[in-house]
Amino acid sequence: MGKGMKDNIIISIKGITKSFGGLKALMDVSFDVYEGEIYGIIGPNGSGKTTLINCITGFIRPDSGHVSFRGHDITHMPPHRIAHMGITRTFQIMRPYYSLPAFKNLIVPLWSPRARKTGGWRGGGKHGDRDTVAVDILEEIGFERDSRVPYKLASTLPTGYQKRLELARCIALRPEIIFCDEVFSGLSMSEIASMLPLIEKLKMDGITLIMVEHRLRELFRVADRVMALNFGEKIAEGYYSEVIEDKRVKEAYLGSEEV
Amino acid sequence: MEMMRKERIDRGIKVRTEGIYAISSYREILYLMGPRLLLIVGVLVLPLFLELAPYWKRVVNIMFVYSLLALAFDFLANYVGLVCLGGAFFVGVGGYLSAIFNVYLHLPIYLSIPLATILGAFFCTLTVMPCLPLRGVYFAIVTLMYPLLATRVIEALNILGGTNGITGVDSFPHEYVEHYAIIVFMLLFLFGMRRFVNQDIGLVIRGVKDNDQAVRASGISVTYMKTLAVFIASFMCCFGGAYIAHLYMWAGLSLFALDFSIIPIASVVIGGGGTLVGAVIGSFILVPLSEFLRFFGTFRIVIYCAALTGFIVLKSEGLMVYLQRKYHQFERWVRV
Repeated sequence: MGKGMKDNIIISIKGITKSFGGLKALMDVSFDVYEGEIYGIIGPNGSGKTTLINCITGFIRPDSGHVSFRGHDITHMPPHRIAHMGITRTFQIMRPYYSLPAFKNLIVPLWSPRARKTGGWRGGGKHGDRDTVAVDILEEIGFERDSRVPYKLASTLPTGYQKRLELARCIALRPEIIFCDEVFSGLSMSEIASMLPLIEKLKMDGITLIMVEHRLRELFRVADRVMALNFGEKIAEGYYSEVIEDKRVKEAYLGSEEV
Repeated sequence: MEMMRKERIDRGIKVRTEGIYAISSYREILYLMGPRLLLIVGVLVLPLFLELAPYWKRVVNIMFVYSLLALAFDFLANYVGLVCLGGAFFVGVGGYLSAIFNVYLHLPIYLSIPLATILGAFFCTLTVMPCLPLRGVYFAIVTLMYPLLATRVIEALNILGGTNGITGVDSFPHEYVEHYAIIVFMLLFLFGMRRFVNQDIGLVIRGVKDNDQAVRASGISVTYMKTLAVFIASFMCCFGGAYIAHLYMWAGLSLFALDFSIIPIASVVIGGGGTLVGAVIGSFILVPLSEFLRFFGTFRIVIYCAALTGFIVLKSEGLMVYLQRKYHQFERWVRV
């Protein structure tokens, strides 16, 4: 992280608060993410990580607070408008389009107004079509083009491939920011090991990644900065070495010693 | 005890004809085209045979209308995920509009039907739009209210002829025009729909059924896709309604009868959901069967229900799914 990065805040979250009935899911959460970095969000179960993503990407309307993307206020936009601006996300519970083959799953983002505007679906010159681009993207993300895997029904794919498919769905949109909601959970060590280079490659392509994770060790290998949430409150932020040593973070994960 | 398992193997000809090589021999072309040609030719020559049984002429026309409605229901339920019980509403709107254009505005039949189809589809889409955020059984219940509401409104305000309906609607100029108007459009809608659901835009609509959240996260408005789907479905139904109004030379409250919502669903159940052609075949079985059973008087309902239950118990997958499997695959019992 150079010093000049401070000028390039790509997304800025200010005072997001959300409560479900009496439960305060998020309380005055604020943070900035710089362009091109990998920003991790950690926290125990139920600390509000997924709610935070839902609030930012428009799936849930926050009670108060603002989200601004490159200076534009996107707080109350519907999800598809936010995605159209280049902010996309994966889902914790993977649900690919079951009735379609894996590569046809990518037709949906490639058909979207954003992909058509940028011309991103038109690979291979004038005669390129969405199917070709879809298989190209899948190959990039680790599906072997010559195997049967990309052409199988998405519902028959193993978990590892379904996770990749989620990421591929985001990449097909040519996004500027990807929110990854627990992409490592449910994967074996070897599957994670093959996933990490993909994450690093996305970063090299200039995409900003915001990763919600439970698997701290794997997250710390790629993340530039980390934020910790507990009971809907931001309790720490900074480099992972600082955050992991923070007293409140330790308490959140291991329980308070005073009790 | 020995365990047996059913093994299914694709026929060699199916494996070969899936690629472009299908055009290399007549046998393979026939394998692909055969079932489709059978349906097209069979439907097209049907009116000629009806000269032998004039009583069935009207039944067959109604049967084709029902097959259109079933097609629309199958599309909405199995490709978009909207279980729409408002088929009768779409039919009624199409029928009444066509009658208004024809009787009140004196437009000829070849203008009133297309206008009623297009404007009716717009009207139906606009009225259904507020319930599009609903899902599953809630959408079904609310759309079921539409035809009931329309009937009450017409009754209460005594507009559009009130309970008597609009009489004096033009009939078709010739018997064969009457037959082929519906047959040709049924075939066009059927094959057009099959093509549509496999286009890129059709895949997006199918994506809405599988996971609408992911479609939203891909920057596509789910409401827009659902609206488009409802427009297409109500377009087909409004055409059916306009056709019926001219067939009976009358547009009345019975156009909003729930038969138009319920029988298409039964057809889809019998024919096999999600196959599109199954919906059409299903109504080819159900509508003549119900007409045939008139002979038994009120007892026909019992037989009708027994037939339906039989289908559901014995072939719950649907007739068309079963037939397609038999056509494409060998089946044999093997020891586990």
